[in-house]
Amino acid sequence: MAAAPTAPLAAAGRRPRAPDWALPWVAVAAVLVLFEALPRIGILPRDHFPPASETVAELGNQLTTGSYWTSVFDTLQGWALGLVIAAALAIPLGILIGSAPLLYRATRAVIEFLRPIPSVALIPLAILIYGTGLTSKVFLAAFASFWQVLMATLYGVKDVDPVATDTARSFGLSRFQRLSRVTLPSAVPYLATGLRIASAVSLILTVTAELVIGAPGLGRSINLARTGGNEELMYALIITTGVLGLLLNAIFVRAERRVLHWHPSQRGAA
Amino acid sequence: MTVAGRRWVGGGLEIAVPILVLGAWGVLSAGSQTYYFPPLTDILSTFADTWLFERVTSDALPSLARMGAGFLIAVVVAVSLGLLLGLSPRAKRAASPIVEFARAIPPPALLPFAILVIGVGNSMKVAIIAFVCLWPILLNTIDGVLGVDPTLRDTSRVYGISPRDRVLKVMFPAAAPQIFAGMRTSLSLALILMVISEMVASTNGIGYFVLQSQRSFDIPEMWSGILLLGILGYALNGIFVLIERRALRWHRGARASEVS
Repeated sequence: MAAAPTAPLAAAGRRPRAPDWALPWVAVAAVLVLFEALPRIGILPRDHFPPASETVAELGNQLTTGSYWTSVFDTLQGWALGLVIAAALAIPLGILIGSAPLLYRATRAVIEFLRPIPSVALIPLAILIYGTGLTSKVFLAAFASFWQVLMATLYGVKDVDPVATDTARSFGLSRFQRLSRVTLPSAVPYLATGLRIASAVSLILTVTAELVIGAPGLGRSINLARTGGNEELMYALIITTGVLGLLLNAIFVRAERRVLHWHPSQRGAA
Repeated sequence: MTVAGRRWVGGGLEIAVPILVLGAWGVLSAGSQTYYFPPLTDILSTFADTWLFERVTSDALPSLARMGAGFLIAVVVAVSLGLLLGLSPRAKRAASPIVEFARAIPPPALLPFAILVIGVGNSMKVAIIAFVCLWPILLNTIDGVLGVDPTLRDTSRVYGISPRDRVLKVMFPAAAPQIFAGMRTSLSLALILMVISEMVASTNGIGYFVLQSQRSFDIPEMWSGILLLGILGYALNGIFVLIERRALRWHRGARASEVS
């Protein structure tokens, strides 16, 4: 945006340059060409780095197979269940703790201690209790995303403009009405950000569980492709996880924009 | 209740509740016959036997060294690259789809790739930690540099400060608060990747120890490892906050005087 007015100036004085809109495409093409050429001329070891075209071809092949979509579905299932469970537990708890100062102070130390615990530390426990299937995966994903949503809800509820709350109170709104009309709407932006981060965390933990525990899904398929010596497939699946990450993030950004169209942070984008 | 009374009760609760939670865990698990949930006292005594200080040099230190090395490499590379990309909007624009995609890949998915290309040794773990920690710091550094007050940019240029000093003494400090925010995200990622990489391919380390204990059904040992990881996560976060506060003292000071 800011670069647009300077473009003609720059073009007048210097040698011709790629226009700004083309830059990302040029860079992506350059990376693809590099990963095509370097393995072919032998600078990158070919048995570890298949040329980009072969990886892309393999990805194309995979798109027509059932096992590929089963892996994708398994991963998405773990991601969704983990996120939904985390949100269902963390949002009410966050509202409750956030709107009761004494409860907040009582639980603060416990939350601050539990929150930074790396959830992957619980992998062995999850295997013991839930085995190596979907439940373990969901448990880990839910545990990790829970803290993201809880902290976001807490901040959101605590950050409500006191003038708004006092106004609502002096207008005689009941506690419940204040919660639903003042506190919740003003906490929604925090909640949206928290959910978006929790979604990424849930995906990470789902893939981790598949990789370490061996629960079915993309994580396990990637590891199997490596041990089976099928590098093209491994790269194709890694790219798939990246695309999933991008897509899920994009969905959340869009939803945020829709839900928060009234909020100052989104008005500029409209 | 008066305000003072409320504050007193709040302060009391803040100390009492964690103690009560620990106490409840201790009491409820005291006579525990459940195999997976041994009594807290067993876990604590195993913790003392294992981690004070028998396995510190064999498992804890190698883990921390790998994590520290990976994290430091990420900080150095990401901050220098970020300053560079932040100073050139065109370079930033060109790099953005690649950065966005690399960041969107769930980090553990790259572990098989790292094992394939580098092997299962220490350098693989350091490399994967560094690679994953790179992105949050890089993106925050770019944003930090782009967000530098234009007046500050122009003033430093008008005053004839050399480009090198402009980057090191103006841009870098101005972007520091955001760089620290990125480093904080990366620090918890580093811990997670340390654990996962040791679980998947290692012969020592805390992650290896925890998973191995579970596989050989040494349940109190497993719990002691989980406890250690919890303490590590908490301590690293605490240390980082202290360093951040110290390093950014001038920033808070500047903010305060601006407001007053």
